[in-house]
Amino acid sequence: MAKDDNGAEHVTAADSPGAQLATSAASTAVVTRDALVNPGFPPHRPRITDLDHKEERKAERAVYTLFYVSIVGSVFAIAAYMAFPIVAEDPGSVRLNNLFIGLGLSLALLAIGIGAVHWGKALMSDHEGVDERHPVRGTEPVRARAVEIFQQANEESGFGRRTLIRNSLIGALVVFPLPAVVLFRGLGPMDQDPVALLNETMWKKGVRLTMDPSGIPIKAADVTLGSSFHVIPEGLSEMEHGRLEEKAKAAVLLIRMDPADLIESDDRKSWSYQGIVAYSKICTHVGCPVALYEQHTHHLLCPCHQSQFDVENHCKVIFGPAKRALPQLPIAVDAEGYLIAQSDFTEPVGPSFWERA
Amino acid sequence: MTTIKTPRARRARKAGRRHPLASVALIAIGLLFTGGAYAAFSTSTAIATTDASSQQTIAQGEKLFAANCATCHGLSAQGSSEGPSLIGVGAASVDFQVGTGRMPMQMQGPQAQKKPVQFTAEQTAALAAYVASLAPGPAIPAAELLDSAGDSANGAELFRINCAMCHNVAGAGGALTEGKFAPAIENVSAQHIYEAMITGPQNMPVFNDMNITPEDKRDIITYLKYVEDNPSPGGLALGSLGPVAEGLFIWIFGLGAIVALTVWITAKSN
Repeated sequence: MAKDDNGAEHVTAADSPGAQLATSAASTAVVTRDALVNPGFPPHRPRITDLDHKEERKAERAVYTLFYVSIVGSVFAIAAYMAFPIVAEDPGSVRLNNLFIGLGLSLALLAIGIGAVHWGKALMSDHEGVDERHPVRGTEPVRARAVEIFQQANEESGFGRRTLIRNSLIGALVVFPLPAVVLFRGLGPMDQDPVALLNETMWKKGVRLTMDPSGIPIKAADVTLGSSFHVIPEGLSEMEHGRLEEKAKAAVLLIRMDPADLIESDDRKSWSYQGIVAYSKICTHVGCPVALYEQHTHHLLCPCHQSQFDVENHCKVIFGPAKRALPQLPIAVDAEGYLIAQSDFTEPVGPSFWERA
Repeated sequence: MTTIKTPRARRARKAGRRHPLASVALIAIGLLFTGGAYAAFSTSTAIATTDASSQQTIAQGEKLFAANCATCHGLSAQGSSEGPSLIGVGAASVDFQVGTGRMPMQMQGPQAQKKPVQFTAEQTAALAAYVASLAPGPAIPAAELLDSAGDSANGAELFRINCAMCHNVAGAGGALTEGKFAPAIENVSAQHIYEAMITGPQNMPVFNDMNITPEDKRDIITYLKYVEDNPSPGGLALGSLGPVAEGLFIWIFGLGAIVALTVWITAKSN
């Protein structure tokens, strides 16, 4: 076996020190440093392939059969790619294509792996051996030589002597990552303050409540008792740029319940209309859409982390990890009977962020 | 520990023994048959053909109502502490609740559950006619809205916006609060799906015709029937339940296979 530069005397697998350790531990004069005595190897047990020539042949046959099976698998995968093409508009063809290519490829790889392991276990030489772990620290001459190499390199290159070159190189390496900082900054919103973006939504005074996804405005009379409407602000469905970004903030759930069931604080009495209330659909925990509305209990459930909000009581949190009530959208009715927003939400929607006021 | 059996002796002993997995396979086959037989018996429904408007039907419905429903809903359907008023709920509500076996309720609980239907199609129609005669309410939908021949892409979008949060995007159902749940919509008739939308049974919100138009409702039903009739392109859907079922599967079978392979690789060969 080769020696490495760290100079540890290397043990070959055959002359392992298991036996030596066992004798030293047996001596009564020596205090063992380790309470656990190395038991050494269990007695060598010959394999059936070592004893029976027929079994050996059988194992050999199994290994090369597996390798041939692998070839069959690879060819099968190529044939399946041609025989089961993906046809547009037909999801069933995707399934067949994936299934048969996958079967062929997994057969090809698995058969190689299983064959190789079986070969190693049943046919290759099976003597037991130990490789001792060598110390990490190198020998003194090796360490001295390493220091010498560094010193020589410093002398020959003049790295320590020519300070102008050295310092300008360090400067170049420090400045080198800066373009990455600029590039990554470019991924964020450039011309707008992100805090303002998170604080405001599309809703403002007079914006009609419209249906998701059609954008048809909603009349107060359309919202019958027990109904829930999924609402987007007027104009969002026609937006070409940033539609999803705006929708992610402005999505609203509109619910009508018996006005007798509503418990409203005095300052919010004018925010609802005859039992119709509108709440942000964005969970205040981590921003999942909260829309699992129960008509009789008036509970809203967030499917991600099971936060529950009580719609009767200004969507206060009654269970789960959310910390704040869902923001309410103040609504009114315009002259034509359509529902409109009185203003934007009075607080930022969705989960907390650092600069949230 | 060093005695080695000849291969012949080992083979002889193996032949006389039942395979260790034989009992497991036997139990699995037995369970499969029992479950299959139960499923075959428990799915039998019928379609109503009775003339809903005739006075005779309404009178028959009133008798059935007094005998089966009045205990909770009151003799004139005015409601009581045990059950809500049925005045104005319409024929659609009765057809859904009675036609799916949810009413008469078996016991008070978080919500009425689907069970074998208690009344024949004519009796259900008579009950529906009686309740509809009390006050106007949502009617049983016309057959042309239930043909599942609409626009399934539009239906899928509307389903994702209005329904999927509770019923799962593939209609596999899901949990709500305090023991309530949104049932699976697989193998539910188009008529019952439509009626559920317009009446809002249990804790489901109402989706009236101003919110989702009758044509949109037809599209939603088309989408649900499309999902039901077309196999999942990804293969085994594992109940379409999403990451929980899929994660459980890969943790048990994927990691199980890795552990088994590791044990085999490191074990000493015979």
